[in-house]
Amino acid sequence: MQSDWLLGLAGGGLIGLAAAMFLLVNGKIMGASGIIGGLVDGSGRGDWQERAALIAGLILAPALVILAMGGSATQLTENWLVVVIAGVLVGIGTRLANGCTSGHGVCGISRLSLRGIVATAFYIGAGGLTIVVFKHLLGVI
Amino acid sequence: MRILVSFIVGSLFGVGLLVSGMTNTTKVQGWLDIFGDWDPTLAFVMGGAILPMAIAWRMTQGRKPVLSDQFPAKPDPRLGRNLVVGSTVFGMGWGLAGLCPGPALASLSFGGIGGVLFLTAMLAGMAMAPVLRARLDQAGAAV
Repeated sequence: MQSDWLLGLAGGGLIGLAAAMFLLVNGKIMGASGIIGGLVDGSGRGDWQERAALIAGLILAPALVILAMGGSATQLTENWLVVVIAGVLVGIGTRLANGCTSGHGVCGISRLSLRGIVATAFYIGAGGLTIVVFKHLLGVI
Repeated sequence: MRILVSFIVGSLFGVGLLVSGMTNTTKVQGWLDIFGDWDPTLAFVMGGAILPMAIAWRMTQGRKPVLSDQFPAKPDPRLGRNLVVGSTVFGMGWGLAGLCPGPALASLSFGGIGGVLFLTAMLAGMAMAPVLRARLDQAGAAV
């Protein structure tokens, strides 16, 4: 358990380093939903190459590590209906809110942005309630 | 050059998500499961990420980015309904599957069919968002 926390801290450090590099070098916010969403709705056409390159690294680097060393599985539920509904909710929600865990959470909270803090409180609260209802009460997940 | 930097940033981000356990949905759902078998790992990940980023924000003062003209402008400080509604909707999906946009991509190569399905649904949701946003704004103006 404690080694999980240490790995969490170390992995978190890498995520923070990545976000810091994107800010200080490219002058941009490393928010996953914004980077992906801008390609989906066309609002990020102007710098699509940077977005595509970041996404390529985000997919390829963990793939290489898994290939070389193995790693923990994703353990996503096999209830495909839940997967699809969850995906749609995540897509709509992060774009409406203009950010997700990386944008509002990591990049927002670190500059003490009220928006980032409020967004994080709401998505963690909603996530916690969802677990209570769908896991403990309904037993769906 | 900016494209290469973006690729390196994405790679570090992805490996960080993998190492920290955030590509494992049970760890994310474990963090949200306050009344069950609570797993505090996500707090360590957030803390570990926020610290270097807080230093980076400090370093932006009085400087320019290395490869561009300016740092991102401060967003409109108003909270607004979209932020609250959107974050709530996002949180529901996050709780249901244990995936958010970054880890959905980072786990794509080893997440199986479900991972591809989640990503496809997420992209569809993102494509729907501008229409829903317009509707919400309209409804807000009517109130």
